Amino acid sequence: MSNPYIPNLAVIRKIITENEVNDIKTFELVFQDPEAMKNFKYRCGQFAEISVFGAGECPIGIASSPTDEDCIQFTVKKVGVVTTALHNCEEGTVVGVRGPFGNGFPLERMEGRNVVIVGGGFAFTTLRSLIKFILHDANRDRFKDVMVVYGARNPGELIYKYDLEAWGKRDDISLNVTIDSAVPSWTGRVGFVPAVLKEVAPSSSNATAVVCGPPIMIRFTMPVLNELGFPHEDVFLSLEMRMKCGIGKCGRCNIGEKFVCKDGPVFAYKELQMMPKEY
Amino acid sequence: MKWKVLEKSKIPVLIEELTREYEVFAPVKKNSLVSFERVSSGNEIYLGFQNTKKPPKEVFFPQTEILFTYRVGKKGVEIEEHPAPRRKRVLLGVRSCDARSFVLLDKVFSSGEYKDLYYLEKRKNTTIVGLACNHPLSTCFCTSMGGSPFGKEGVDLLLQELNGKYLLEAVTERGMELIEKFPWLMDAEKGDIEKAKRLFEDAERAIRSKVSVEGVSEKLDRMFDDPMWDQIHQKCVGCAVCTYLCPTCCCFDILDEGTNEGKRVRIWDTCQSPLFTLEGSGHNPRPSGKERMRQRIMHKFDYVVKNFGEGFCVGCGRCIRECPVNLDIREIVKKISTWQV
Repeated sequence: MSNPYIPNLAVIRKIITENEVNDIKTFELVFQDPEAMKNFKYRCGQFAEISVFGAGECPIGIASSPTDEDCIQFTVKKVGVVTTALHNCEEGTVVGVRGPFGNGFPLERMEGRNVVIVGGGFAFTTLRSLIKFILHDANRDRFKDVMVVYGARNPGELIYKYDLEAWGKRDDISLNVTIDSAVPSWTGRVGFVPAVLKEVAPSSSNATAVVCGPPIMIRFTMPVLNELGFPHEDVFLSLEMRMKCGIGKCGRCNIGEKFVCKDGPVFAYKELQMMPKEY
Repeated sequence: MKWKVLEKSKIPVLIEELTREYEVFAPVKKNSLVSFERVSSGNEIYLGFQNTKKPPKEVFFPQTEILFTYRVGKKGVEIEEHPAPRRKRVLLGVRSCDARSFVLLDKVFSSGEYKDLYYLEKRKNTTIVGLACNHPLSTCFCTSMGGSPFGKEGVDLLLQELNGKYLLEAVTERGMELIEKFPWLMDAEKGDIEKAKRLFEDAERAIRSKVSVEGVSEKLDRMFDDPMWDQIHQKCVGCAVCTYLCPTCCCFDILDEGTNEGKRVRIWDTCQSPLFTLEGSGHNPRPSGKERMRQRIMHKFDYVVKNFGEGFCVGCGRCIRECPVNLDIREIVKKISTWQV
C-alpha cells in the first residue's frame, strides 16, 4: 500500500508569465522518475498538491490536458506562502507533486453533446485543460458544438493568450473572449461574462455547461443559464476551499458531509443546491 | 480461560514483563496531571485517575507527527519517508469511552480510496488494555452515546477494579494472547465475575446525565440556516480546547519545518480557529464563531452520521469539564432536540 502523503519529485521545466501584473504564472513540470510520469493519469478538472520544500504544500488545479503526455502544467496565482515560494522558484527547481485528486469534470456525460464553457479571471485553468482535451484530434469528434465564454478584468489579465489565439483560428469552437470595461487597445468584446453569455445565448438543448470563476460571476451566471433553459443537473461548477491533505482526512474542506477534495471539486448545480451554502 | 485476576501489588511486575516485548503506554501522574506516556518501569504507572485530561488518541495520532524529512541540495531534493513505528505496543489503562473513540477514528483514517498508514500501522500493532470505570463523573454521558462505563468496544483486554485486585477479561483474540503470556495470573473465581457485574450496574446507575441523540441528525439537516446558531455560540471564546481534548476530533494541518533541511509534519488543527478555512484570497467560508460552532456540532452529530453511520461523540465529558465558559455539549444537543424549526 502506498503512502498518499509522500510527493513525487518533479522539475520545473518551464515557467510562463501569464498576465501583465506578473502574479499568475504557468509552471510546466516533469517528474524525475519516468514511471511517476506514466502513472500520473488524470482527468480534466482534477487537482494536485504542489510542494515547495521548506514552504509547504497547496492544492492547484491541473491546467494541462491528459493529452499532453510529456509534462503537467499548473497555473498559479501568487496569493499565499506556498504560491509565493513557487513564484520565486526558477526553472530547474525541484518541487513535489501529490495526486491527482478529486473527481474532475464529467466527460462521459458530456460526450455526444454540445459543451458550453464559462470562465472568469484566473479560475480558467482547469477549463483550459478541458478545452484542450476536447479540441484534441483524438477527442473532438466525441463532442458536438463547443462554445467558450471567457472574461477577465482587462486584456492584460487574460491568461493563456497563446491558446486563445490558436483557438480563435479554428472553426470547430465558438470562442467569446471579453473584458470588463473598454480600453483603447482592445477591439474584442466588452462586458461581464454573464452579460456576454446572455448575448451569445447558447442553446441548452443536448448541452452541458461547465462554469468556473469568482463567486460574483457565478452568482450572475446561474440565472442566465437558467433562463437559457439549462437543467440544473447539466450545469457543473468547480469549487475552491482551503485544503491540506487532498484525500479527505484532514477535515477542513467539507461542505456539509461532502468533501471538496474527494467528492468534488466538481459538483452539479443540482447537487450544490442541496448542500449547505458554506463555501 | 478468558477471566483472570491480578493483585494490585503485581501491576509493576506485569508492566515490567510487558516492556520486555512491547512499547508500553500507560497513565502517568505528573504533579496533578495524569496523561498517557511511554513507560519503562512498572512503578511509573498510575491507575487511580477518573479520566485523563488529554485523551489517549495521541498514541495513534500524535499532536505533532513527522510525515517525511527533506533535504534540498544542489543536486535536487531528497525525501526520506518517516514510517510509523513498527514495534508492538500495549496501550494500558484506557477508559471505555476513549477506547470507543478509536473505533470511530479508525473509520476516518481507513475509509475511502486513501489509507492513512501513519495512524493505521500504529493501530494495527497496538493491543489495548481498557480500564472499566467504577466511578463516572458528573460530566460523563457515555451511556447516551452508545457506550458504557464497562464498555468493551475498541478494547482487547478489560481491567475491572475489584477490592485490591483487578479482574482481567480477554475481549478479543489479541487480548487472549496477551493474558496467555502471563501464566502466573490466577483464574478468576465466580464471585469475582459477579462482583464486577454488580460494580458495572452501579457505575451505569451513577451516570445521571441522559441525552438523546435520536433524530438529532435529521433535525440538524433542517437547521443549517436556523437562528439558533446565532445564540449558542455567543459565549464561546474560541479557545478550541473542546476540539483538542476531544477523543474523536482528528482534524490536522500539514506544514514544513526547516528551509533547506527539514521535515514535513502534521499537527492537530481545529475547526474552531478562523485560520482553519481562511483561503489565500482572503475569503473565509466560516468567518465567525457562529459558523465554526455550527461546524463542530454538525460534524459530530450529523455529517459523520451520514458518512460513517454514527455520531462522533463518546460522552467522555472533557469538552464540558475543560470549557472556560461552561458551554455544555449535552445542553446543546438537548436544545437541538427540542428546538422548533
